[in-house]
Amino acid sequence: MGDDQKVTSRPKFLRTVQGILTNESLWRTIAIQLVAVLLALLIGAILILLSGANPLRAYGALFQGSLGTVRAIGRTLEKATPLIFSGLAVAFAFKAGLFNIGAQGQLLFGAITSAVLGFAIKGLPPVIHIFVALFGGALAGGLYAVIPGALKAFRGASEVIVTIMLNYIAINTTDFLSDGPWKDTAAGNIVARTPQILDSARIPNLGGIPFGFFIAVLVAIFIWWLLYKTTIGFEIRTVGISPHAARYAGIKVAQTVILTMVISGLLAGMGGAVETQGVVYRYQPGFNVGLGFDGITIAMLGKTHPFGAIPAALLVGAMKAGASEMQFSSGVAKEITDVIQALILFFVAADVIVRSLLRIRERGEEVKLSSGWGKQ
Amino acid sequence: MTTLSQPLPTWQRFLIRNRTSLIVAVVLFVLVIIGYIRDPNVTTAVLASTVRHATPLVLGALCGLMGERAGVINIGIEGQMLMSAFIGFLANVYTGNLFLAVLAGILTGAILGALLAFMSVTLKIDQIIGGTVINILALGLTGYFYTAGLTTEGKLSMIALGPLADIPLIGPVLFNNPPITYATIVLVFLVHYLLFHTKWGLRTRAVGEHPRAADTVGINVYMMRYANVIIGGGIAGLAGAFLTLEAVGSFERAMTNGRGFVALAVMLFGKYTPIGAWGAALLFGFFSAIQTQLQFGGTIIPHQFIGMLPYLVTIIVLAGFVGRTHVPAADGVPYKKE
Repeated sequence: MGDDQKVTSRPKFLRTVQGILTNESLWRTIAIQLVAVLLALLIGAILILLSGANPLRAYGALFQGSLGTVRAIGRTLEKATPLIFSGLAVAFAFKAGLFNIGAQGQLLFGAITSAVLGFAIKGLPPVIHIFVALFGGALAGGLYAVIPGALKAFRGASEVIVTIMLNYIAINTTDFLSDGPWKDTAAGNIVARTPQILDSARIPNLGGIPFGFFIAVLVAIFIWWLLYKTTIGFEIRTVGISPHAARYAGIKVAQTVILTMVISGLLAGMGGAVETQGVVYRYQPGFNVGLGFDGITIAMLGKTHPFGAIPAALLVGAMKAGASEMQFSSGVAKEITDVIQALILFFVAADVIVRSLLRIRERGEEVKLSSGWGKQ
Repeated sequence: MTTLSQPLPTWQRFLIRNRTSLIVAVVLFVLVIIGYIRDPNVTTAVLASTVRHATPLVLGALCGLMGERAGVINIGIEGQMLMSAFIGFLANVYTGNLFLAVLAGILTGAILGALLAFMSVTLKIDQIIGGTVINILALGLTGYFYTAGLTTEGKLSMIALGPLADIPLIGPVLFNNPPITYATIVLVFLVHYLLFHTKWGLRTRAVGEHPRAADTVGINVYMMRYANVIIGGGIAGLAGAFLTLEAVGSFERAMTNGRGFVALAVMLFGKYTPIGAWGAALLFGFFSAIQTQLQFGGTIIPHQFIGMLPYLVTIIVLAGFVGRTHVPAADGVPYKKE
């Protein structure tokens, strides 16, 4: 290693690239995930046939609506942006053996908080206002995730059930806030929604590409660094593989569990904020539905790796972007994309099926989630 | 600790072991009596609504505990209920036969149970992921195939049990209900008998506590797990049928509204016993009934906060009680034959 360090960074970078290109297990993983997606699309096609429509036309329209034009590609990137965040949120918690189904609730709090910071704070310079609202939203999501983290760490309450219940509580609370104290008081408004955020808090589009997408990619790189290049990340991953071993090694498991949930919540909250500031420009109940749940599929499809979340979110984002076009020109209901997503999740989780199809045996290390209720 | 040398009589041990539940039951009983004296109509309405709210919860909890007693965690109950509610509703729309519709609901739940068993027993997928697959799949499929405006002939109606239904308070609450509500009460005792007084139940619990030992004495671990998860699925299917065929009479998107997850808290609160789950479900049902009553009564509390009540109670129960109950030792662990 001593000699290697003296070499300048450029060859090292090239070596990394070469390492990725020749990494057989990486390509194998990609192949498995792609086949899982294809199988899901195949079953989706059968369902479309069953409902009396033409699957080829439907998929053609789906493709056209998501990648067919420059505008469509922009829309795909826009849809993928919050999904990268929720995918990262779920994947990050997975690393510590935690299943954060509550990304949805944390995302809602992030979305409404950034909306409030966006319309209530006046006179901030644009760039600063964007980041104040963005980090404010993230913080709200992170704080909300303290509850399941602490209950898991100190009471052993399953974070799965607690976060699902907190999702319902978040829906009710944000409904109340956007219909009560933070309701849009503009003349003629009767629906529950906040006022529009100021221009200074809006995340711009750079040449058709939403700037939020770049933020998402940067955050993914940061999460990768945190997980694989820092002590905290090492501790989180150790807790995920074996809490007992982690405790024996002197890692404070309870603290690590809470910290992991908080970071996961921060990510989900930022996802909500980026959607508010880049797309919706206000908080309105029903506008963020499902973004957090999609994080589960995205995390699994991306093999719970921070970089895996980006292509996975692009795929799901493309389906969302093209769904309207598909419904319009082939008459197939938008909801088929939810079914396809569920099927993707199934085939990705049941990778045994795909592996036997591709005749691949080996299986990597896995984080266990179902350790029973409350046992640690 | 002095009692070690001199064992207590059975009834005393029963009192000590269940003191919290007994205190809660006595307090609620007194409250009900006071309520009945002050306003008989509202009290009867709240209690009848308690039983109705409790029905899908106790059925879901029965599904959950059958699986977990055999070592399979089922967080897909929500999806099983939703899908069964939908299929049961469609069967009612197209056949007009409520009995067939209920059967279709039960069958749907059982099929999803078989899918969960396939994923967690045969494929050995993480069971939490397996359940999540079922939940997301049910949400997607019901959303895709749902068409607005379907109507039905009607829903399951009340059956008054003769003179029993005329007893004040108890009559309208317990003896004047639609069929699935009666079936639920029967199922509670049936599952209790099955789990604790039959060879089948002994084998199920053995498989959930120590599959290796069970395998050694010749019990088919995979078969027991499949069977319990599938039967449980059928029971969750009945809960789904209850929602569309008995309670509401129509289907709405995502109409289960978290009941499948609340059922898991009910199961834990009831310490993995059918009768305990029934008590817990009645308690949850009582909170939901009060919530409904408050919303009708008109209070200064915003309805969103009242609506949160069952979910808040679930979290509190989970945080407060989970450490005090014995979870089957092999819960959530796939079994690999050697």
